[in-house]
Amino acid sequence: MTIREAQEEIMDEFSMFEDWMQRYEYIIELGKSLPIIDDKYKVEENLIKGCQSQVWLHAENIDGKVVFTANSDAILTKGIIAILIRVFSNHKPVDIVEADLSFIDDIGLKEHLSPTRANGLVSMIKQIRMYALAFQAQ
Amino acid sequence: MLDIKAVREDFPILKQQVNGKPLVYFDNAATAQKPKVVEEAIKTYYDTINANIHRGVHTLSQLATDAYEESRRKVQHHLHAKEDREIIFTPGTTFGINLVASGFGALLQPGDEVIISALEHHSNIVPWQFACERSGATLKVIPMNQKGELMMDAYAALLSPNTKVVAVSHISNALGTINPIKEMIAMAHAVGAAVLIDGAQATPHIKPDVQDLDCDFYVFSGHKVCGPTGTGVLYGKEAWLNKLPPYQGGGEMIKTVTFEKTTYACLPHKFEAGTPNIAGGIVLGYALDYLNKLGFDAIQAYEHELLTYGTQRLLEIEGLRIVGTAAHKTSVISFNIEGLHPYDVGVIVDKLGVAVRTGHHCTQPIMDFFGIPGTIRASFSFYNTKEEIDILVEAVRKAQQMLS
Repeated sequence: MTIREAQEEIMDEFSMFEDWMQRYEYIIELGKSLPIIDDKYKVEENLIKGCQSQVWLHAENIDGKVVFTANSDAILTKGIIAILIRVFSNHKPVDIVEADLSFIDDIGLKEHLSPTRANGLVSMIKQIRMYALAFQAQ
Repeated sequence: MLDIKAVREDFPILKQQVNGKPLVYFDNAATAQKPKVVEEAIKTYYDTINANIHRGVHTLSQLATDAYEESRRKVQHHLHAKEDREIIFTPGTTFGINLVASGFGALLQPGDEVIISALEHHSNIVPWQFACERSGATLKVIPMNQKGELMMDAYAALLSPNTKVVAVSHISNALGTINPIKEMIAMAHAVGAAVLIDGAQATPHIKPDVQDLDCDFYVFSGHKVCGPTGTGVLYGKEAWLNKLPPYQGGGEMIKTVTFEKTTYACLPHKFEAGTPNIAGGIVLGYALDYLNKLGFDAIQAYEHELLTYGTQRLLEIEGLRIVGTAAHKTSVISFNIEGLHPYDVGVIVDKLGVAVRTGHHCTQPIMDFFGIPGTIRASFSFYNTKEEIDILVEAVRKAQQMLS
């Protein structure tokens, strides 16, 4: 599945929900199902630290593809990073760097779930792209 | 007794819907809503007398200057300061603390000590760290107990002839603890130290009497007392304000300038460089008038009722723990729910129309002390109601159900 296809799949899923409550419940579910980051990667350098919640994001280059794992102390944040991982993990660095991210506006993530300051959606995406760029340069 | 229904009519914002629900605003410790008189006063200022102050000879400039200086006298009376020149207008509490700390940075010496408390907001920690780094003085911290009360024995032990400044909050923003500042000021004075009180969280609830307290400095923000953002006050005893060096150069703060030497203006202008927030300063006086008209005794009595009711109702929720249970508290309830992150709860209750604050409230040392990432903080004002507390309780229950 390409990054585009993964985004479309998520947009389809979210379009089925009638209200914000159902969306939130789904995001909470996604958060609970997120494969948790290996404890050895739960370190300061993998931390996206914010005012509200913390996110640990780890990336590995496996056979030319970037594999992300993550965790957060807040479940809604964990749900969001789970969505991002579903879209971006297991893709070539170049595809991650060049991906168009229209799905974020489409599913209302930015509108409803953009946490404040440093641990926001924007920082998470920035961090994901930074990892991809680093692997691309190798 | 406050007529809450009539009071709420003064605040148009409270009639709004947020996320399709009637707004319940419980983030008053961060900023207060503004009554119509304040909104109208801002408009009236710009519609009638907007001009730069203190220098113009034209009529509007004189009217604006009069209004600005009249507001200074209102603040003086509100705080019961001896002289109006002891009232410095600032952009807010943080600025006031930085002004004083920066001044002490120049006066302190290695071996001197500055005491702050474990309950301080970052704004009353970092400026003193700067001052100590600059001067070589040492920063000491008064510890607190598990209830969030300062340990007075430990405070007494920290005080010595080396103590030059004690800077403490009147009321803690994160926990609502009311500190025994009058006693603390007397103890500090006994060793010859100057005392700065951070009144940001107190002034919305309490009318401080700076002469009775005998504090050397008292700072607060206009926006927390129903005034405009970007306004604030530094009260300082005249002798201390004369001793401190100017904080910024330019504009009204000079007496004479030559390229060789500048002499400074008298108080309060020495500390009011540049064109100030004229409209804001004037309107702050209107905000204080509004609160004084309601009466601080009535405000305090009603807010205490809200605190008692809110505490009792929230504790009905299973797994809810209140952080900060000091014997003397203002209407702030900080809490956590077992197994849930404050952020998650905050996001869900917002969707139900309830505005609370979540996070560390810029008091990371307090959160570290309790070993928590943050809290959910509901802070009540005199325009809130028990019905709104009921809505909060229901919203928290809903969040708990969704997140568990």
